[in-house]
Amino acid sequence: MKNLLILGAGTAGTMMANQLRSKLKKDQWKITIVDQYKTHYYQPGFLFLPFDIYTEDQVKKVGKKFIPKGVNYVQKKIDRIFPEENKVKLEDETINYDILIIATGSKIAPEEVEGMKGKNWHKNVFDFYTYEGALALRNKLRDWQGGKMVVHLTEMPIKCPVAPLEFAFLADSYFKEKGMRDKVELTYVTPLSGAFTKEKSAATLGYLLEEKNINLEIDFAIESVDNENNKIIDYGGKEVEYDLLVTIPTNMGDEVIERSGMGDDLNFVPTDHHTLQSKDHENVFVIGDATNVPASKAGSVAHFQSETLTDNILLFIDGKPLKEEFDGHANCFIETGNKKALLIDFNYKQEPVEGTFPFSVIGPLKLLKESVFNHWGKLAFRWIYWNMLLKGIPIPFVGRNMSTKGKKL
Amino acid sequence: METQENALKVDRNQEGYLTDFSQWNKDVGEQIAQEEGIEMTPRHWEVINWIQEQVKADKALSIRGIKKSGVLDIKEFYALFPGGPLKISTKIAGVPKPKSCI
Repeated sequence: MKNLLILGAGTAGTMMANQLRSKLKKDQWKITIVDQYKTHYYQPGFLFLPFDIYTEDQVKKVGKKFIPKGVNYVQKKIDRIFPEENKVKLEDETINYDILIIATGSKIAPEEVEGMKGKNWHKNVFDFYTYEGALALRNKLRDWQGGKMVVHLTEMPIKCPVAPLEFAFLADSYFKEKGMRDKVELTYVTPLSGAFTKEKSAATLGYLLEEKNINLEIDFAIESVDNENNKIIDYGGKEVEYDLLVTIPTNMGDEVIERSGMGDDLNFVPTDHHTLQSKDHENVFVIGDATNVPASKAGSVAHFQSETLTDNILLFIDGKPLKEEFDGHANCFIETGNKKALLIDFNYKQEPVEGTFPFSVIGPLKLLKESVFNHWGKLAFRWIYWNMLLKGIPIPFVGRNMSTKGKKL
Repeated sequence: METQENALKVDRNQEGYLTDFSQWNKDVGEQIAQEEGIEMTPRHWEVINWIQEQVKADKALSIRGIKKSGVLDIKEFYALFPGGPLKISTKIAGVPKPKSCI
């Protein structure tokens, strides 16, 4: 009996367990998945939680429900990976493996910026990338009387790079609906050279911030959060004042990667861009947010990767060459407020462009353009996530590699 | 800009970034630095080399990365490339500026 071990039962790990259990013979391969947490969160829902669009129950379920029969589910902390010895030490036992899949994700590291996780953390300095942060922010917003709201992005790469912009757009709508938009000064602060950094997006979407009366502060490399005076300060000496700071802290891979000496300085594991094999160990594969590949850190990316990785694990077991197939494909809805959304579909090489999706002409979804239909697509996606994506059921008409159909290239 | 681009004989995007790193050499870097009003010193080149190595190794460029690099501290980085140090230094280095997905 051989052992396939998956670390992490988030989006990527759960999908791999589902896909591989049906492909690997049960009398030859034992599959084990390890995750210390009981709850599986629908992370895209964290964007909606602060605005009372989703409830707590809509964004979390018991993780065990999504792990297929025939997979050994271990709820323990992971202490360290020993890739030279093909074993992983958990809090109170050690598991040997023949093949390892690292799906330990990424998380926020607010302690990386001086003062960010200070005395005002979750008081007037919030994240919304954690369940706790999104919930605390919701409670704050319910009776906030207005003032300066600053939506801030610390540094790239982050999980779901469009989420901070979406948050700013939804905040604009939220305050409008509450009849208090005139009491809120909304500012978007980014370390990048613009809110939109790709040529086509900048050209087609540049109007959004102005239309929503959102101030923009670019090239802002945060040095510290000043909790006494409620302002963020950048290395060049610029300052932005806030009454309510919503920040996306530095995102990093899990500490277990650092403890195991397997990551870069952000604890992301060096991974082949196209095969998803780790660069250092041939029987270690990496998927989702845990990799260092220059794709977006997003559930759709993990989903497309899982299809390639499943094939590659089977090829690896058969001793055949791996498919150099993954192209960085991502497919993301972007909420723009007022019950509209954009859709983007892109990969390592192709930036998001206008067009229709998934079919030419008929769409029905529009690429890089606001539409009400896209918004319903985004809301429908929650159902798709829980009922199809996690279970490894392919999404109709959306292939693992990016298609140029319907795109205006 | 047009004539300088012609003189450089390199392909650049609308914002002046090289679209093909293989066309980069030190003269190209020097020329772009001049456009940005920066006079290159050996210290500048050390930083440019470091940036190119990071990109080659697939590492994301960030101000924090500079802090941890041991090559220079952030205050010096700002002093060498005033304004937006990352977007200016990457342009001189012939590599893409740090971007988001849109």
